[in-house]
Amino acid sequence: MSPISRRKLLTGGVVAAAGVAGLAAADRMARRFGLIPPDGGGIYGPGETLTYAAQRVLGKHALAREFPRGMISKTPFMNEVAPHNDEFKRHEAMGFRDWTLTVDGMVAHPLTLSVPELRALATQSQITEVVCEEGWSYVAEWIGTPVEAVLREAGTLPQVRYIVYTAMEKDGWDSLDMADALHPQTLLTWGMNDGDLPVGFGGPLRMRVPRQLGYKSVKYVMRLTATDSMKGIGRGLGSVAAEGGYAWYSGI
Amino acid sequence: MATAVSQPKVTTPRHSALVRVTHWLTVVAFLALAITGGELVISHPRFYWGETGNVNMKPLFTIHIPSSRDTVPTGYGYVMPDQNGWSRYLHFEAAWLAVLTGVVYGIAGFWTGHFRKDLRPARGERTGGAYWRALRGMRPDEAGTRSYNVVQRTVYLGVIFVLFPLVIWTGLALSPGFNAVFPFFVDVLGGRQSARTLHFFVSDLLVVFLVVHVVMLLLNGFWALTWEMITGRVVARKERG
Repeated sequence: MSPISRRKLLTGGVVAAAGVAGLAAADRMARRFGLIPPDGGGIYGPGETLTYAAQRVLGKHALAREFPRGMISKTPFMNEVAPHNDEFKRHEAMGFRDWTLTVDGMVAHPLTLSVPELRALATQSQITEVVCEEGWSYVAEWIGTPVEAVLREAGTLPQVRYIVYTAMEKDGWDSLDMADALHPQTLLTWGMNDGDLPVGFGGPLRMRVPRQLGYKSVKYVMRLTATDSMKGIGRGLGSVAAEGGYAWYSGI
Repeated sequence: MATAVSQPKVTTPRHSALVRVTHWLTVVAFLALAITGGELVISHPRFYWGETGNVNMKPLFTIHIPSSRDTVPTGYGYVMPDQNGWSRYLHFEAAWLAVLTGVVYGIAGFWTGHFRKDLRPARGERTGGAYWRALRGMRPDEAGTRSYNVVQRTVYLGVIFVLFPLVIWTGLALSPGFNAVFPFFVDVLGGRQSARTLHFFVSDLLVVFLVVHVVMLLLNGFWALTWEMITGRVVARKERG
């Protein structure tokens, strides 16, 4: 057995020290620039933080792929929907006439908008792919109002870092950072393939976040809440999905 | 196996520290990736070609196993428990470990001449006969105990420079965020579902490599060879029989 040489020991020590110092510096930088996701703690925290930070540094403003009209799936898959509660059924029976979106939290002018009012505010469409974490996908045209337009109307305060969106069904909520909330393809969707958005696909109002996996596109949205921190909202992990063990940031 | 070779005086380690450290980091990352990847397949054991694919569409092929989702028609009357949450977290964390390890290994491998000296088949070895002799288990020369034969070299180079880059590429092509930044990554593969199917096949090839690799260790002295990869020191040849 040859003893470990002094040179090796020295090199190893320098490498280890540089590594620790580098990690500490990276952590400070990540915190300063908001590159740590709400679920960035625990054993999977480093991986999640690397992924989220890399995406935000690489392509904060990149656009999700859009497809020609001919690629719209003839057989989209609506995925299972839990049985609706009585309140939802009442809305459905009335043709969702009274469905509203409430915008509150850290905004200058809290709002409540009906779907026609949303349409009047701004309308945009995109042909993008819904990508499920399970592996399946389909392409559809999504017509809606950019979240950015709604937030501009409400006037988000400068310290806002996340937009929480809440579904009618209990426990259905998620959140976006401002890069995704203000992204031009992030839509509050009320139309699909030239028609109204069917209930199975999230009608009357669904969040569409095409740069992330399908579970981020929460169905039956009723509320947007602007906040500067996810602490104190649920368990502070940023979404119901994250509380159930699924990553908050699903842009991978 | 050939007759026992007398133990040469160890002057340099069998495997450099770089190779040993990156090897074991890759082992950890790859096992995590393979296990979680297999788990993720269970949530949709159907594969498609092209951009889109779902249960309303005809699959390219189906793996006939039960699924962890009741929306997938499998023919089984039950649904497996959902393990996708932690599997996904671990898959991507392990992918970072694999990629970062691969970057260090790749740069250092060229820098130190590891690829050129240890893995590139020697000029005279790039013949059908040399490959045949190596496959038959005959060592190319007396140096064979301290270096890889031509088949090993070729396979290792293929894993390092073809399969690993491909599995990372096809995996990144499944990231909607990454696709937004670099759409050609998925487009050149023929679409998202093609990328997923290719990711599955390349992963399968890597698992086949792992199985063969471990079988070869078992045939040639598992603990002695594993010890070499841990300490870098050659264990007396006679122990290998």
